[in-house]
Amino acid sequence: MNRFQFFLVGAITMFLAACGGKSSFSGSSGNPIAGPAANVVTAVVNGGPNNNAANTLYTTVTICAPGSTTNCQTIDNIEIDTGSSGLRILAAALTADLPIQMDSNGNSFAECTQFVDGYSWGPLALADLTISQETAQNLPVQVIGDPNFATVPSDCANTGPAEDTVAAFGANGILGVAPPAQDCGSDCAVPNSLGFYYSCSSATNCVAVAVPVGNQVQNPVTFFPTDNNGVIIELPSVAATGAASATGALVFGIDTQSNNASGSGTVLALQTTSGFLSVSLNGTVYPESFLDTGSNGLYFTDSSLTQCTDSGITGFYCPASTQNFSATVCSYNGSGTCSGTSQQSISFSVGNAESLFDGNATYTAFPTLAGTFPSSQSTVDLGLPFFFGRNVYEAFEGKSTKAGAGPYVSF
Amino acid sequence: MRDEANMIDRKPLNSPSLSRRLAPGLAAGKLSLVLCAGLATTVLLPVSAQAALGAPYASIQADQTELHASLKVTPRATYEVHELTLPSGTLVREYVTTSGVVFAVAWNGPSKPNLSQLLGPYFADLNAAAQTSRGGHNHLDLTRSDLVIQAGGHMRAFSGRAYLVAAIPAGVSSDELR
Repeated sequence: MNRFQFFLVGAITMFLAACGGKSSFSGSSGNPIAGPAANVVTAVVNGGPNNNAANTLYTTVTICAPGSTTNCQTIDNIEIDTGSSGLRILAAALTADLPIQMDSNGNSFAECTQFVDGYSWGPLALADLTISQETAQNLPVQVIGDPNFATVPSDCANTGPAEDTVAAFGANGILGVAPPAQDCGSDCAVPNSLGFYYSCSSATNCVAVAVPVGNQVQNPVTFFPTDNNGVIIELPSVAATGAASATGALVFGIDTQSNNASGSGTVLALQTTSGFLSVSLNGTVYPESFLDTGSNGLYFTDSSLTQCTDSGITGFYCPASTQNFSATVCSYNGSGTCSGTSQQSISFSVGNAESLFDGNATYTAFPTLAGTFPSSQSTVDLGLPFFFGRNVYEAFEGKSTKAGAGPYVSF
Repeated sequence: MRDEANMIDRKPLNSPSLSRRLAPGLAAGKLSLVLCAGLATTVLLPVSAQAALGAPYASIQADQTELHASLKVTPRATYEVHELTLPSGTLVREYVTTSGVVFAVAWNGPSKPNLSQLLGPYFADLNAAAQTSRGGHNHLDLTRSDLVIQAGGHMRAFSGRAYLVAAIPAGVSSDELR
């Protein structure tokens, strides 16, 4: 399939998604996916802005300078991440002029956002955000890679490589809809050593500071006037061998509209700041596990699974044949047991990552992509493959739904 | 302070695409301006001579000072675990052979530690791996015959480890290094 055909398939898929019905259409596994509505935005797994992403979920947002209807911009290829909180936009993808947040001394606030594979540095700004027909006004956001803030503090640079360009970041921005309302919260509102926030008296002089909670980068959904207590990630099932793309929906609110009623899944409580819950797998309970659309694989330790050896994909699993697993996901309790907690059984499969990547160069959605997790005894990372064929409800910190108080997930 | 005896042979980097390999061995205590090829960004790096991974035992004290950490030492049969608790709440564990070489470093907590300090010359390898991996934002794996660096997690919950394969004491499983 050449590139044109690849995009044609994507376009047809999106067309079908948009025309799938007045209220919903079904993924092939039968999970209902919300159709167009004020609180629904299309979420698509595709190659992203660099046409090389794997299992990365994107959407489109519109931002304006606060109060403006003309200083605005619609930006596509925004990654949807349930593992972080806040909207961050790459300066290179930004044409709208957003005001920088200042402290009482007129110094600019800036942030060093840590990701596992690097950091993103840049100032805090304010924006009016519109997604579908939901709007967050005066939302604190981060601008990544702003050339006016070109000097990265050493404490930030010492945590990994920079991800301050679209090429390095793999997206034009990231929409973090994790359960916490802020990316740091009260821990960063007092003097701390977490290394999130800085105050810059000049482009070259930024020092670590405490930042009031209200100025911190916020989960945008919590700023919506309604539909602000959680999100639902709805993705169709994908063939085990992969697909060129997968189109689903990001639904705002739980039990606030006719299209977002709580499902029948068990409510699984999360640890507040980290989003941890427990997963029981292969006879071991991993109490620091999590669900995360921003992880592109299922990451866990199984020494019986063959690891890939090719450069660039080490750490992924390459079993000779697809392996099937059963596991139990249960509420966070910080201990090494699932007994006595709410729990739900799941199953998943692990394919050969090399075969998946080499099988069809146009494929970007891989439901059996899996790999190792470093802290071998504590974490199962249920990344994007887990979300295929499921509607995953995520209720926010401090919010409640008919099914219970957040933070929780259910599916 | 650290002498320059590095007991671990280092193989050349696998990836030829590394654009920003950081030069180890710059003078201690000076600020070194590193211009990053291909990026309109400058990074101010305070270069410290103390690098934990692969360095002598004494480097841990330098790490403790640099990271403002408290230290707890736990002896095991064939190695010692030096656990640093950082003010951020992040835990760093350095694994030291009986001959006094740091052969592994592991971390977990709400923010990443100073990995340049802890990994020393191998920080460049982490940076290179992060830029070539297909792991996305929330996963990293570098597995070479001499060096393994793995990291995972998400915002406010990071973990990872790095170890020198040839330096692991006989009979010790890499599963213990965490």
